[in-house]
Amino acid sequence: MKLLRLAFVSALRALRRNVLRAGLTVIGISIGVGAVITMVGIGQGAGQSLQNSIRALGRNLVVVVPGSQTSSGVRTGSGGINTLTTQDAQAILRDIAAVVDVTVVRRGVAQVVYGNRNWSTFVQGTTPAFERVMNSPVDEGSFFSERDLRTGARVVVLGRTVVDELFGVGADAIGAVVRVGGVPFRVVGVLRAKGQTPWGQDRDDLMVIPFTTAERRVLGTPFPGRVDQIMASAASDDEVIPVSRQIETLLRERHRIGIGEENDFQVRTLEALINTAKATTDVMTAVLMSISSISLLVGGIGIMNILLVSVTERTREIGIRMAVGAKRRHILVQFLVEAIVLSTIGGLIGVAGGLGTTWLIALFVGWPALTPVFAVIGAVLFSASVGVFFGFYPARRAASLDPIAALRFE
Amino acid sequence: MGATDAPPLIEVRDLRKVFSLGDVEVEALRGVSTDIALGEFVAIMGASGSGKSTFMNLLGCLDTPTSGTVRLAGNDLSELSSDERAELRNREIGFVFQSYNLIPRMSAQENVELPLTYADVSLAEQRDRARSALAAVGLADRMDHQPNQLSGGQQQRVAIARSLINEPSLLLADEPTGNLDSKTSHEIMQTFERLNRDHDVAVVLVTHEESIARTANRILRFRDGQIIGDEIP
Repeated sequence: MKLLRLAFVSALRALRRNVLRAGLTVIGISIGVGAVITMVGIGQGAGQSLQNSIRALGRNLVVVVPGSQTSSGVRTGSGGINTLTTQDAQAILRDIAAVVDVTVVRRGVAQVVYGNRNWSTFVQGTTPAFERVMNSPVDEGSFFSERDLRTGARVVVLGRTVVDELFGVGADAIGAVVRVGGVPFRVVGVLRAKGQTPWGQDRDDLMVIPFTTAERRVLGTPFPGRVDQIMASAASDDEVIPVSRQIETLLRERHRIGIGEENDFQVRTLEALINTAKATTDVMTAVLMSISSISLLVGGIGIMNILLVSVTERTREIGIRMAVGAKRRHILVQFLVEAIVLSTIGGLIGVAGGLGTTWLIALFVGWPALTPVFAVIGAVLFSASVGVFFGFYPARRAASLDPIAALRFE
Repeated sequence: MGATDAPPLIEVRDLRKVFSLGDVEVEALRGVSTDIALGEFVAIMGASGSGKSTFMNLLGCLDTPTSGTVRLAGNDLSELSSDERAELRNREIGFVFQSYNLIPRMSAQENVELPLTYADVSLAEQRDRARSALAAVGLADRMDHQPNQLSGGQQQRVAIARSLINEPSLLLADEPTGNLDSKTSHEIMQTFERLNRDHDVAVVLVTHEESIARTANRILRFRDGQIIGDEIP
């Protein structure tokens, strides 16, 4: 313990002796560690931001869409047959414990008119649960109510883009009466803006009306209760996959699909999308990290170089220490500690710099600044081990000096 | 003179050392035998190349003989590992060099403490002992000075304090006055005499100067790797 402490003191003294040289060496390591930390941070931030935008599509969302039908060997695409009903949706909510919310959508395109302006947009006939399941709260006014749904009220919640197009940017639309397919609707709410999907689709270009109203007045229906999509919210992230399986079993039963027969619906989750996004950003992070580790390697070689110079400069000191009783391992430890001190200081500065850079970049790009704690600890430990690795050879060289020759060294 | 019945501190028997310089073999020592007792003050004289430095290195456990034996305080040097020799140097031997060999940028006190850092001594005791050792050589007011802030004579006294800090039984001085003027040399030699008298330590001192050698109570003369004279001045 005493020896380690003294080795530490002696290392600090050696570094103070040539501050500029030690500083430059430390910068080498700092840049390496800083680059690694920044790259991890950027990778994680980009990944998280992508995942967030996917998750914003809905809360632990499981989507059921109509399936395909095989008729005389000809298969229609998905949606070729539509047997999904509001009863299916109610059964899902009732029978599957891990489903906390369910909503349905009847979808179409309609023209909406206000004054002398018109705009064609997607109409979604749905239930009040849409607000929660689709993570789509209103910014102004309120969502329509269960009562509106029951009575088929002519109320509409507009997406931000529709408001901008009809009323002008930033205008107040609440209470206004618009015509949808010729039918007057009162605007009760405006959805909070969601921006674009990662693939560039405007998520604010829609309007939402009660399902019953859509069926009866705007879109029509082949039979009452037919829906285009059922959206269920699982209780948690982990429940998404189990819930999707349970929904499949339940709907097969309800639709009386025999063993071996194809489903007339499809159950989809966002997990596949999230996993793809995650895999992509992970690969990106790994590539960035391995490129930035090269600078850490260069920093390590810098440490080795400086220590070799230091060993040569201090050959006489090593001889003196040996003459007064230092064993070879004492000399070895002294120089190793010096290397570790150098590289750890570099590592700490690098972590600080890396976190700062990550934060700045995140600020500009609008990503969450996420650097996992293990990456920070790992980077500091790794820089220390760079010190050990690159310090070992010079330290060995110092320890294996012949004391007589070292004492005579000029 | 320390001639007693007890075994001598140093027992040298038929000591040989051969250096290989490429194809050429140089016999630095060719059969040296002598005893040095605890408390003796021995001066070693000889031209350069006479083997006296090799002899000192062997006494100081810095090197191992080609053949023959050196026994120091009962330990046969050729049987010791490099670590054991380091321990023996730490415990039994103090070195004083012509060029002082203090570590730059370390204060006088830290330099004196150095041997104790490799011994099993607490930091507090280490400090106390270094202070009193410096005081003993008259440098109580120079403890925090670095070597480059000290005169040659002062540096050599720091080196002497360092060599004595572990209370060794053997003090090896390799031309300790070689870089000093005659007045300072005289002071340093007085220090050695006093140490030899007051502490139970054998002093072996290499010198070129007859006047310095006469301070000792025994002179060994080396030529061509052999002792050619063992006299009392």
